[in-house]
Amino acid sequence: MLGSLEEAKVLAGGQSLLPLLNFRLARPQHLVDLNRVTGLDRIYERDGGVAVQALVRQSEVEDSEVVARACPLLGAATRLVAHRVIRNRGTVCGSLAHADPAAELPAVLLALGGAVTVRSARGERTVQAADLFAGVFETSLAPDELVVEAWFPASPKPFAIVEESRRHGDFALAGAVRAGDRLALFGVAPTPVLADPADPTRGLRPSGDLEASPDFRLHLVRILVERALAA
Amino acid sequence: MRVNGVEHPAAPDSRRLLSDHLRHDLGLTGTHVGCEHGVCGCCTVLLDGQPIRSCLMLAVQAEGHEITTVEGLTRDGAPLHPVQQAFHECHALQCGFCTPGFVMSVVGLLAEHPSPTAAEIDEGISGNLCRCTGYASIRRAVRRAAELTASPGGREGQRPA
Repeated sequence: MLGSLEEAKVLAGGQSLLPLLNFRLARPQHLVDLNRVTGLDRIYERDGGVAVQALVRQSEVEDSEVVARACPLLGAATRLVAHRVIRNRGTVCGSLAHADPAAELPAVLLALGGAVTVRSARGERTVQAADLFAGVFETSLAPDELVVEAWFPASPKPFAIVEESRRHGDFALAGAVRAGDRLALFGVAPTPVLADPADPTRGLRPSGDLEASPDFRLHLVRILVERALAA
Repeated sequence: MRVNGVEHPAAPDSRRLLSDHLRHDLGLTGTHVGCEHGVCGCCTVLLDGQPIRSCLMLAVQAEGHEITTVEGLTRDGAPLHPVQQAFHECHALQCGFCTPGFVMSVVGLLAEHPSPTAAEIDEGISGNLCRCTGYASIRRAVRRAAELTASPGGREGQRPA
């Protein structure tokens, strides 16, 4: 269906897409609502990690015993996403496909070296996190491709996710995810980025806005990485 | 879709937000619309018992589901719902614009955490903005609502410190 429609957007949780529609910032010609599609609502263990299907709500991930056992980093990150009422609708796969550079879950997928399974009428393929995020709100997926599942490898120890935001539940000004010896940053580049724990700000050129200047964001990265490494 | 136990026909326009459908088509104006992008929490309603933002959902998506708005918490002439009663007793409102959203969020919070800790109360109401009363009396009201829910009618007239 996605392949047959011009300018179609997938609607799952709607917690990012609906605000864009309400503000007329996005004007897709068609919305394809996944919510009545069956067989996309499972959280299960596979390949030494945890798979989260397209209609799994963030609040379900937060409460999931499978996630708590296999990938507690994912559970911890989910609790930092907006507020519980938002997480009751918002989906994990939707957050990845939306690719907000300040969002937690894309950075977690990147830090863990996870992947998404995408499907279209042409078939199914796996896209590694490192190849998924292409720019601000942009992924490498084709318009007819749907993220049907995200796979998060089991979180190594130690792990941590730390962020700084102006208000509880807001998008982070800057954040850091540590998964063992891998480190990913969010909110400081057009996509989440992997960073060298010994020199996390190298090559970073964060943008500035009303909430934080580029220098302040670099300062936050240094402090947050210090905290993440102390975990 | 069922709203407060009553079956209603589908929204006339597939683009209609659930919040607008409730207010404009069904006349249920207790659900307030503040920011229309999910930040203020005024439009919070229950979808199959779970609090959600009605401004971040299309009305057609609620087909086949049960919606509860603030009007559905109690019947006319019946005693207030424990959460409404607690907000009343603790004076947890001033202008009242945010109140329906707070009440619905707290109903959802108490369903998950019948005896919430201070941290759970803060987390539970963090998605709702109040710009006049302040949050101290709202926090008190959540604790009072938990008491009233646990023992309806109990400790009548006593207010938590």
